[in-house]
Amino acid sequence: MSASSTNAHGSVKSYVTGLVLSLILTIIPFAVVMSGAFSVLATVIVIAVTAVLQILVQLVMFMHMSTKADEGWNLMSFVFTLTILVLVVGGSLWIMQHLHLNMMIG
Amino acid sequence: MATDTLHHGATAEPHEHHDASGTKLFGFWVYLMSDLVIFGSLFATYAVLMKGTAGGPTGADIFELPLILFGTFALLISSFTFGMGVLAMHANRVGQVKVWLIITFLLGLCFLGMEVYEFQHLIHEGYGPDRSGFLSAFFTLVGTHGLHVTFGMIWILVMLVQLSTKGLNAMTRPRILCLSLFWHFLDIVWICVFSFVYLMGVL
Repeated sequence: MSASSTNAHGSVKSYVTGLVLSLILTIIPFAVVMSGAFSVLATVIVIAVTAVLQILVQLVMFMHMSTKADEGWNLMSFVFTLTILVLVVGGSLWIMQHLHLNMMIG
Repeated sequence: MATDTLHHGATAEPHEHHDASGTKLFGFWVYLMSDLVIFGSLFATYAVLMKGTAGGPTGADIFELPLILFGTFALLISSFTFGMGVLAMHANRVGQVKVWLIITFLLGLCFLGMEVYEFQHLIHEGYGPDRSGFLSAFFTLVGTHGLHVTFGMIWILVMLVQLSTKGLNAMTRPRILCLSLFWHFLDIVWICVFSFVYLMGVL
């Protein structure tokens, strides 16, 4: 009982790890953008990768999303929501870009 | 957990209490997922309208990244201090929970102050939401997040009052856990705003 509850609620160590990783993953893309040292494509990739990593860090370290909590239902509902998000965001961009091209304003 | 059992007396009760609180938490989690879809549609709207500046300023012209970084740090650290508050709650230290909630509230206030200053500054310069499609989408997305933070802070105040009058019990504990999920969730949404709106906006 006590072992599982520590897992589910986190510990000082897991919160500190989460905070330190989040700060590092915020500073890296900020420094890359401010320095302007990389090409635009490389910078976009750095921003996207650090953002995704940071979201995962916070979901696991702060929100305790796991396959074990709630028998994995929180993870399942999150994956379902991600699918919807990919459809909404990806689909909107796809459609609107075609519209722009067809109307010769993009 | 050992103290929990002592407080409740019966051995079956803590388990039931844990289950009920687990159901509440999962229900709240599902609400957060639906909120995520709202933010997803606002992100999609922003991405579509991003180039529609109508001769007005682009992101590179108006975003002040150092200021935004300050707000981001405030929100990140507030997520951590809330986590410390949850740990204090599990250790049954109601005084510490209050202190961590107050620190979280103040950090949220720093973040909100940054955002209000940014919005005021932009509107003052004539770059309000009515200037272009880009600015409409920007104000809607960032403003919706700011509104969530505002409600989160009101909720923190309510919890502080309830902790003072009712203390830590089967009713207030799940509420604090739900609020902690809400607060961490807002942090995650802000990471997306910071990365995809601000950082990519100045490229």
